[in-house]
Amino acid sequence: MKRTFDRALKTVLSYAVLGLCAAVMLGPVILMLVGSLKPDEVVLKETSSIVGLFTGKFSFENYKDVFVRVDFGRFMLNSLFITTATVALGLVINSMAGYSFARSSWRGRDSVFALVLALMILPFEAIAVPLFYEAVLINWRNSYQVQIVPFIANAFSIYLFYSYFLSIPRELEEAAEMDGAGPWRTFWTIVTPNAKPAFAAVAVIMALMIWGSYLWPLMVTTEETYRPLPVAIAEFYTLPPINWGDILAFGVMMVAPVMIAFLLFQSWFVRGLASTGLK
Amino acid sequence: MRKNSIIAVFMALPALTGLTLFVAVPFLIAVFLSFTNLRLGSPLPTEWVGHQQFVRILSDESVLRAILNNVVFAVSVVPIQTALALGLALLANQRLRGVTLFRTAFFMPVVFPMSLVAVVWSLIYAPGVDGALNGLLHQMTLGAWAAKDFLHDPALALPAIILMSIWQGVGLQMLILLAGIQSIPDHLYEAASIDGATAWKQFWHVTLPQLRNTLITTVFITTILAFRLFDQIYILTQGGPNNATTTIMFEAVTSTFRRQQVARGAAITVVFFLMVLGITMVQRRLSQEVVDA
Repeated sequence: MKRTFDRALKTVLSYAVLGLCAAVMLGPVILMLVGSLKPDEVVLKETSSIVGLFTGKFSFENYKDVFVRVDFGRFMLNSLFITTATVALGLVINSMAGYSFARSSWRGRDSVFALVLALMILPFEAIAVPLFYEAVLINWRNSYQVQIVPFIANAFSIYLFYSYFLSIPRELEEAAEMDGAGPWRTFWTIVTPNAKPAFAAVAVIMALMIWGSYLWPLMVTTEETYRPLPVAIAEFYTLPPINWGDILAFGVMMVAPVMIAFLLFQSWFVRGLASTGLK
Repeated sequence: MRKNSIIAVFMALPALTGLTLFVAVPFLIAVFLSFTNLRLGSPLPTEWVGHQQFVRILSDESVLRAILNNVVFAVSVVPIQTALALGLALLANQRLRGVTLFRTAFFMPVVFPMSLVAVVWSLIYAPGVDGALNGLLHQMTLGAWAAKDFLHDPALALPAIILMSIWQGVGLQMLILLAGIQSIPDHLYEAASIDGATAWKQFWHVTLPQLRNTLITTVFITTILAFRLFDQIYILTQGGPNNATTTIMFEAVTSTFRRQQVARGAAITVVFFLMVLGITMVQRRLSQEVVDA
């Protein structure tokens, strides 16, 4: 009897703590969502109390305003294009490099790999300034390629692929090699189908990184034509007249595609990111 | 065999070319520039000034304050976020109905770009009782809370930035730790409970040691991210008030783009890199010792 009671109490407590944590984590998200649906003059007032959040008038007026005031569709397409292109190309070349380091032996491989690892700890911020001069020099400012090409090759992605490939049993590849397959064919026909979690992990990490990047596009896009969402929202945030409802509506629309992708492919997100921390 | 080696080199080549052109070369340029006095639009000729630039920035009050802020930020975010992430992972690992929904909720902020986090949280931090956080604290303390202007208060601005950064970062760390917890073989727990180990002892003697590598990895990633702090600062506080939230990257970017002091900006990024390098080495050393022990 006591045991069942203890267990029930433990379950109730667990739910209480889980619920509290969820409330804290979701609070700002709900605030953004609800605030985006409120008439501007009451956004501040009504989002500061729990009662106010769920009462009063709601409308989609703010969403319409965003499209009237700025070219939101353009920013969205820019972000989608830049992210997709960088991730797709990155998956191809970084996985090949990771495989080359993990499985083949060529002269100087270890020293080159040590250099790649060294680059991994070099944060983007440490090179942003000179990279900007490179971009100016080749006249790439205000373009898509300036936001894509420099980020395709990525030391961290190479490292993730490398450690994943090391964890795959070698027998499969050895069988292929016995049949006379070289590294190129072995990689594309045997290794990649068995490395989906690694591809998912790298895709998720790179996509989140590129989608959210702010410093670089801020430096290289002075025109709206090539501006991605993170820079656009920061601009919109200071664009007079300051209208909180509009800003939050912009935010909701900006995060929606990633949120939907995350909810649809949650297991891939989880499994992918999981395989990275373990190695 | 020889042919296969050549193919393997070619497979690595595209990535290596990219890394050389867009990471290694810019970094070498940064190092080179940091030993000059290049300043765009300056009438003085550009000269090789040796380590003068470094002496100057390391005695500059805002740069020193920036380094201090970065250290405070890292020293606060890393342990708090790691502890919270571990707690959330343990909570989300229970066999309870609907636990995946909670997991989703904890992870949700991770899909928010930092610029959006900054914008949304500036509404939360809005001054006066109409600000969400002020309003909440006001209601919880039954009116005893005096409304604060979080982002413009020298004592509160950095903690405010820290709080929202943890909110955004904790979910990813939780997810990685959760995966680590779930990969611990069940038989270890079974053996422990046969030996009569309590839940607490199981956590201490099975979960933590098994999770060691994952913990080290996530702490390492979080520390480095902490030193890169820029977006929130640039959007919300511009380093203010009175340098209370300035960071190394903020100093580097503003030196370069606002004051055209290219060499100074480059020197700051070199210092920044050396700090990250130092942290990495200390951390590797520590994790090595743990592994050896």
